[in-house]
Amino acid sequence: MTVQMDSSMRSESAWSLALRRLWRDPVGRISLGVVTFYLVLVGMVLAGWLGTRWNDPVAVNYAPPTWFVSAANRVTLPAGEAWDRTLVVPLYGWTDPLEPLWSEARAAAQRIQPEPVSYRLTLPFGADKWGRDVGQKVLKGTQTSVWVGLVAAFVATLIGTVLGALAGYYGRVVDDLLNGFYGVLTSIPYLLLVFAVAAVLQQKGVGTLILILGLTGWTGVFRLVRAEYMKHRTREYVLAAGALGASHGRRVWVHILPNVGHVVLVQFSQNLVGFIKSEVILSFLGFGVPVSSVSWGSMLNEAQNELILGKWWQLVVTTVAMAVFVTASSLLTDALRDALDPRLNS
Amino acid sequence: MSGLLFLVRRLGQALLTLLGVILLVFILFNWVGGDPATILAGKMASAQDLANVRHQLGLDRPLWQQFLDFVGQVLRGDYGESWSTHEPVSAIFRSRLGPSLTLLIPMLILETLVAVAVALLVAALRGSWLDQGVRMVSTVAMSISLLVYIIVGQYVFAYLWGWFPVKGWSDSVLTNLRVYALLPVLLGLLVSVAPSIRLYRSFILEEIDQDFVRTARAKGLSERRILFVHVLRNAAIPIVTNVLMGLPGLLTGAFLLERFFAIPGIGREIILAVERSDFPLIKAITVYVAMATLAVNFLGDLCYRWLDPRVGLE
Repeated sequence: MTVQMDSSMRSESAWSLALRRLWRDPVGRISLGVVTFYLVLVGMVLAGWLGTRWNDPVAVNYAPPTWFVSAANRVTLPAGEAWDRTLVVPLYGWTDPLEPLWSEARAAAQRIQPEPVSYRLTLPFGADKWGRDVGQKVLKGTQTSVWVGLVAAFVATLIGTVLGALAGYYGRVVDDLLNGFYGVLTSIPYLLLVFAVAAVLQQKGVGTLILILGLTGWTGVFRLVRAEYMKHRTREYVLAAGALGASHGRRVWVHILPNVGHVVLVQFSQNLVGFIKSEVILSFLGFGVPVSSVSWGSMLNEAQNELILGKWWQLVVTTVAMAVFVTASSLLTDALRDALDPRLNS
Repeated sequence: MSGLLFLVRRLGQALLTLLGVILLVFILFNWVGGDPATILAGKMASAQDLANVRHQLGLDRPLWQQFLDFVGQVLRGDYGESWSTHEPVSAIFRSRLGPSLTLLIPMLILETLVAVAVALLVAALRGSWLDQGVRMVSTVAMSISLLVYIIVGQYVFAYLWGWFPVKGWSDSVLTNLRVYALLPVLLGLLVSVAPSIRLYRSFILEEIDQDFVRTARAKGLSERRILFVHVLRNAAIPIVTNVLMGLPGLLTGAFLLERFFAIPGIGREIILAVERSDFPLIKAITVYVAMATLAVNFLGDLCYRWLDPRVGLE
């Protein structure tokens, strides 16, 4: 007897069931929304629609944050003021040895006749030491930090999954070798390993950061994926696939991988949070992003010095931006784990 | 498997891993980073200077010989001189260990006590508003960068209110414990206690649904006795393991706390070494810490075998 299959009879896939479970959980729904919002922001900054003016001095130094703007919120500084120098030397009856150079410079400034620049007195999120808009900076900083976290998590998850699959599926010598490598890497504390690699690479930049974090952070994924593959390789469906003539490669990547995908996804999201925290520490210490860029870590570095002067806004804005994203990602990781692992749900 | 065979196999495994660490560190610093001589000699060095430095560091010899030299250094515990201060690396390590331990040992003890106490409390009241509240607060608390805790803590408690010195260190351990280490220890506790609470809570909850708990309850034991005697004793094994695993971390010091509070410990030294590209120092610390980790793992395995006879049977 043949049964007519139509779309209404097709059973739902495990992934869409999981997505539905995630959506039913209010915490999962809200955290997914927040994370998506951040990812959209990151995409818009990457596309050049937002946060492009983060490096422009648009306000007076340390312009305070305010949302209630009066009409006269600008100050126009006369151009060329910087060239006026109070001369101390002539007071003592000496001639200033640099005077010829200064008069030349003044004459050059006269010729250029720069436009008078107007600066804002307040900004919604305040300004930093150089009068840059903290709102713009936090957009750009969010993009840098989240982007580094995302790409590094992708690299680490890829390495961990491939090596874990090979070690778990093939066992024996492959497993001994890879597991030995895992043992070597995990016997060095993570942050120390990151510092050692940072010291060796000798150059700063987003690419270097991704390399450091991705190459050192795959061990967690490796351990879990390896364990899953050891469990799955003797299951009936894999043996059946082998009996039907599926090659080892096909069994590893086509048959088993979709069944351990939930572990990989949860690990990815856990790594994302961990890498963002590491990036912030590295950039704070000056081993991360170069000065030509800005991230949450370099903003916290500036904020530390500003706080002593009582300028709290950069610290607060950065902390809130980071805390909201990391909280949402952590909650999403937990919600994903619950939604993807049917054994936890009755 | 007989006890002796297990011991020998486990020891061999640890030594092999140590050899792997030495090889990794060697590859990292002698090959991945390019020519170390260009870093030591500086940007203005002439070709002759470079050649001199290379000869001095032994970089003109074959790679395998350099590797054997490094293994020899590790065996003798003599990693040569620091590139920036020309102090012997082992002397630096010895003199920086004290301040790090002054900071980290009280922190570890306090953290374990507080985390176990809070974890027991929230596990006993699992599902209640207090449990939910602690879970929510610790999730949010963990997502704020530890940098922020240190920056704000130092500013508010030390700079604004003057309860503690902003930074500093003395030669007397007692003064350090009483005065200088106080705020760093409290801030470190604040940062590290939330993840531990979550972990220990899950350890305790794993035991709380076991059959022996039901038996104890059926016997008519009080909930308090079940929790503190039966459950805690079984949950103690993973908790003790977790604390043991934290011990090698004592050797790396507390990077950020030591830097913020100008404590002359190993963590601050590592950050300085990365800033100055002081390779011998970083290499030495990495190998030292890996040795400690492997030793702790090895001892931990022995303890397991001794505590739980089932472990040896597999």
